[in-house]
Amino acid sequence: MDWQIIVDSIPALLEGMGLTVQLTLISLVAGFFLAIPLGVMRLSSNVLLSSPVLGYVFFFRGTPLLVQIFLIYYGSGQFRPVLQEWGLWEFFREAYFCALLTLILNTAAYTTEIFRGGIQAVPHGEVEAARACGMSGFTLYRRIILPKALRLALPAYSNEVVFLFQSTSLVSIITLMDLTGVARVIVARTFDVYEIYITAGLMYLVVTYGILWVFRTVEFRLSGHLRDRALDPVEALKLHP
Amino acid sequence: MKKILSAVAAVAAIGLSTQAFADDHAVLIGTEGAYPPFNSIDADGNLVGFDIDIANALCDAAGYECEFVVQDWDGIIPGLLAKKYDAIIASMSITAERAEIVDFTGKYYSTPAKFITSNDMMMDIPGDYAGANEVLAGKKVGVQRATIHENFIRDNFPDLEIVVYATQDEANLDLANGRVDLVMADSVALDEGFLQTADGEGFGFVGPDYDDPQWHGDGAGIAIRKGEEDLVAGFNAAIAQILADGTYQAINDKYFDFNVYGSE
Amino acid sequence: MLWEGLSITIMVGFLSLLLAMAMGLIGAWGKLSRNKAANLTATTYTTVIRGIPELLLLLIIFYGTPTLIQNTAERMGFDIRLDFNPFIAGILTLGFIYGAFATEVFRGAFLAIPKGQGEAAYAMGMSRMLAFRRILLPQMWRFALPGLGNVWMVLIKATALVSVIGLEELMRKSYIAMGAIKLPFTLFFAAAMMYLAITAVSMLGQRYIERWANRGIRRA
Repeated sequence: MDWQIIVDSIPALLEGMGLTVQLTLISLVAGFFLAIPLGVMRLSSNVLLSSPVLGYVFFFRGTPLLVQIFLIYYGSGQFRPVLQEWGLWEFFREAYFCALLTLILNTAAYTTEIFRGGIQAVPHGEVEAARACGMSGFTLYRRIILPKALRLALPAYSNEVVFLFQSTSLVSIITLMDLTGVARVIVARTFDVYEIYITAGLMYLVVTYGILWVFRTVEFRLSGHLRDRALDPVEALKLHP
Repeated sequence: MKKILSAVAAVAAIGLSTQAFADDHAVLIGTEGAYPPFNSIDADGNLVGFDIDIANALCDAAGYECEFVVQDWDGIIPGLLAKKYDAIIASMSITAERAEIVDFTGKYYSTPAKFITSNDMMMDIPGDYAGANEVLAGKKVGVQRATIHENFIRDNFPDLEIVVYATQDEANLDLANGRVDLVMADSVALDEGFLQTADGEGFGFVGPDYDDPQWHGDGAGIAIRKGEEDLVAGFNAAIAQILADGTYQAINDKYFDFNVYGSE
Repeated sequence: MLWEGLSITIMVGFLSLLLAMAMGLIGAWGKLSRNKAANLTATTYTTVIRGIPELLLLLIIFYGTPTLIQNTAERMGFDIRLDFNPFIAGILTLGFIYGAFATEVFRGAFLAIPKGQGEAAYAMGMSRMLAFRRILLPQMWRFALPGLGNVWMVLIKATALVSVIGLEELMRKSYIAMGAIKLPFTLFFAAAMMYLAITAVSMLGQRYIERWANRGIRRA
């Protein structure tokens, strides 16, 4: 085990990790905010609203991320004249933009499904009560359904965040220097396959479990009302007369 | 259930073949197959190219029975060390860095590296590295990963943005697409593999020849695992022989109209 | 040419799934076992695999393992030569990786079997092995199927990654064709449609299998 190589490579690997985290965060936020309206549309009784979302979600969940990346990165090359006319080529020219676009579309699709599940899991009683109070439409969603749905979706969403974080490694295939990309370049020059890849792997591992830990803490904090509380007898009487 | 088991067993048996490493076995030659005109795969799936012909000629001269194994450039040296094959004949440049891990025979050809760019980006690039670096500052250059060209650019052109590709073809494709401004690679590979093809129209060489032994080494040689002196000696003798008896010249002329061996 | 790639994709996916299920059963046994060593190994296995991206694992296993095995063998005095072609490497890697996911599925499935079953088997005097084979294993499948279906979905998409180490499956064929035909969008779109077809068929298949497995069970 060649420790010196590992020590020498850590700065470069950390830089790669920086890009990885950057891609993850931006895609996550954009995907999250895209998925909320999409999730609502998906459950709409209006076919014109739900079918495009259904098609979009089916495509992005049914095809490998690698295909999607190649489709946008190499595929945009095929449409270069058209894109140039619309002034968009400057964006698609950059691998970073292509990667980001693909990741956002991909995570938004998965998140839409997760939110859909969350929205459907909101106890019907709560929705009925809100309707009985006269709430409808936007307010209904904003006040009652969405907060509850998001909380219910939290465990599934934590998996999606981890999945997104790990899928960023695919952008190394379209020349971006994320953690995996940097690792491959270093291995190509030094041939220390194990030392470098294992170090990179450990870095992914640490962040992955960091993410899961954060989510677990959030879930714990948010579910206080669902857990058993240690009550003294007087309090118990107040709750159950 | 039995059928599945026997199918799995058969597949496993084919995949993990273990052989005793005796002197009387075929010499396996690793090559990339994605580097025209030196080594590439034609439409029928056969390996063709200068490297392939030279390899066959060398094997004849040395009396070895040779078979080819295709391997991505990235893993070509790890594959050699893992004994997937015994020699690499894939236009691999002899460099000090690589010589620390593998042994090389003498060179079997030597050609310089050059930049190419689109015709509307032609400019004067001075011969010294610092001056060239200044002229090209901020531009994007595409190179193939794990090549001397990648190392050369990284070490001498800090102001250039390096974009790294798995194959030379990908780099050329992105140059044609306008994703990178320049590409640096072996001049012959660029000429025959790109400039003379339909995609290469509108592109051309720019700047001087680069042939610095520190990065570009002493030409392309055959990489062999350390400790296999017989194989190294055998190939070296074979190289000398085909140079002497005209076989080399014949293969040279089949592909190029100049002397690809370079100066002695 | 893409059709050949498709058939390889399905073959790799299927064989990897078999391996993954085998690894999953072993892993679940390990995790549920009282044997500390087995438990630790299994937990490390799932923790590590699920924490590292598949691409990286694929690179480690494909580029690293032959060297590792040979170095070990050399030290022991053997001089063997290993041929790790991408097909085998892909199946081994994918099976190994998704075995970790399958472990979690099987573990959950075993835990979902009503406790009464296990207790009844014990009361009737069945040995652990017999109880496992006759009672637990058959009933576990019913609970495992949805999770396994998900693993299959993810697995078949992951086969696209094996193109990175050179396997001539669907992705790789599309990529090579792009070099020849220069119509990347069209090609990759066609490939995407093929993957979608696989997904759609798999979803239908899963619905059938689940219905079959749940025959006789009253739905709430």
